[in-house]
Amino acid sequence: MLLLWLLPLLLAIPLVSGCQRERAGITVAGSTSVEPFAELLAEEYMSRHPHSHIYVQGGGSTAGIEAVRTRAANIGTSSRSLLPDEKDLYAITIAKDAIAIIVNPKNPIRDLSLDHVRQVFSGKIKDWGELGDPPHPIVLVSREEGSGTRESFQKFVMGQEEISLESLVQDSNGAIRQVVSNDPYAIGYISLGLVNEQVKALKISGVEPTVTNIERNKYTLVRPFLFVFNGEPEGEAKSFLEFVLSPAAQALLSKEGLVSVLKPSGR
Amino acid sequence: MEIREKVIEKLLLLIAFSSIAVLALITFFIFEQGLPLIWKIGPKAFILGQKWIPSKGLFGIFPMIVSSFLVTIGALALGIPLGLACTIFLCEWSPPAVGTVLRPAIQLLAAIPSVIYGFWGLIVLVPLVRNYLGGPGLSILSGSVILGFMILPTIISISEDSLKALPPTYKAGALAMGATHWQTIWRVMIPAARSGIVASIILGMGRAIGETMAMIMILGNAVKMPSSFLDSARTLTTNIGIEMGYASGAHREALFATGVILFVIIMLLNSLAIFLSRRRSS
Repeated sequence: MLLLWLLPLLLAIPLVSGCQRERAGITVAGSTSVEPFAELLAEEYMSRHPHSHIYVQGGGSTAGIEAVRTRAANIGTSSRSLLPDEKDLYAITIAKDAIAIIVNPKNPIRDLSLDHVRQVFSGKIKDWGELGDPPHPIVLVSREEGSGTRESFQKFVMGQEEISLESLVQDSNGAIRQVVSNDPYAIGYISLGLVNEQVKALKISGVEPTVTNIERNKYTLVRPFLFVFNGEPEGEAKSFLEFVLSPAAQALLSKEGLVSVLKPSGR
Repeated sequence: MEIREKVIEKLLLLIAFSSIAVLALITFFIFEQGLPLIWKIGPKAFILGQKWIPSKGLFGIFPMIVSSFLVTIGALALGIPLGLACTIFLCEWSPPAVGTVLRPAIQLLAAIPSVIYGFWGLIVLVPLVRNYLGGPGLSILSGSVILGFMILPTIISISEDSLKALPPTYKAGALAMGATHWQTIWRVMIPAARSGIVASIILGMGRAIGETMAMIMILGNAVKMPSSFLDSARTLTTNIGIEMGYASGAHREALFATGVILFVIIMLLNSLAIFLSRRRSS
């Protein structure tokens, strides 16, 4: 008897939640590097437009681009440039982000050349002793295959060389930061905006990863953060994009460690 | 009343079948998505391949198969002695009051979400391993210890059932022949309940091979062939879990193919467990 009463209720639940989604706003999905910033922007946007709702999801750059293509999301976020077969989509750089090479604060090293970083991550240099530190095996921490951060790191640092298969693999910037902050012998790479006091960002060939150095093109491990659209942005998505490119939102991003881009670069 | 009874009966039947239909659908889709890739690169290259570099089209999962079994063996090395000791104590020596506390406590062990085990391992166990034994700490050893505790409820509850199912005459007979209590347990009861205990261990093994979340957090997920218990490793499940979010194209198919291999291993283990427990009851 009870069951018979419950069944229609159970059936009704998806209907109700379906309606809610229809009523409320847009979905932004993609890169886990962009996710925390997109959440911040969405919160700010929603406080200004109380009737809008923006859902921010992770999943990764590739998943985000895929989601836009299938229209599962209104805006895809990507922490890498579009690949040749993705060029049919409409991409706008909303900010630039640097990749920081991070070590544990207890590690005395402060500066590495790009060449040394490459040799460390390809597994040719295996011991901190070879870099002037007290000798101890290096613990490499990398991102998983397909990650936008990994692809950018591969492009900027590794070139044709492979990231060593010995490296530990973590599936988010936060997890890499967690491992590096706990292990005095670890080295990893994360988005500069997510570097905090638990880890130390290294200078690359003497250049510190700061906003000034990025703007002057001195620090070169820099990648675009993209909003990806399926066709011209319109409606709520367009209004959110306009907000993100506004001076107020760009100032917010700068405060979080990103480099603002006030003129949009499309396609 | 008659009609209502019939309706309820049919409705329950339908619901029961729908859960089996889900199993069939899952099986179908895993194989449908995964098998083409296995055929394309060859079952041998896929299963025995040493290198997993999806961006270069290299899909070899042998290190992951080895890691899955190493982690599982480690978990069993801890889980079997602990589980059996606990079972024997619960069945034979535990005063009723202690049993009423211990049993729910062990069941609670099964109710703790695996992400909590992972978190605890990451915060407590991993630094211990790193500081006292060396290596990155995110290692097969840490994973095995956590898994060892996670499979305890499975081993204890099923082997306890099989001990309890023995005819009381076995115990009475052995004691009457002059055997001590321990001799009775070790020489008579455990061998008699052997098939049930083995089934419990195999189910524990299935649980260990299938665990994902805690292992992603603790194993470190390196894709190379592990050379010691202090090395980081990636199991079949964590390979799917960690790369699924970003994978597309052949990479995605390769993750489904990993699922196919995992599915086959789990099916074999479960069939073995069912076969062994059937043999006990007949």
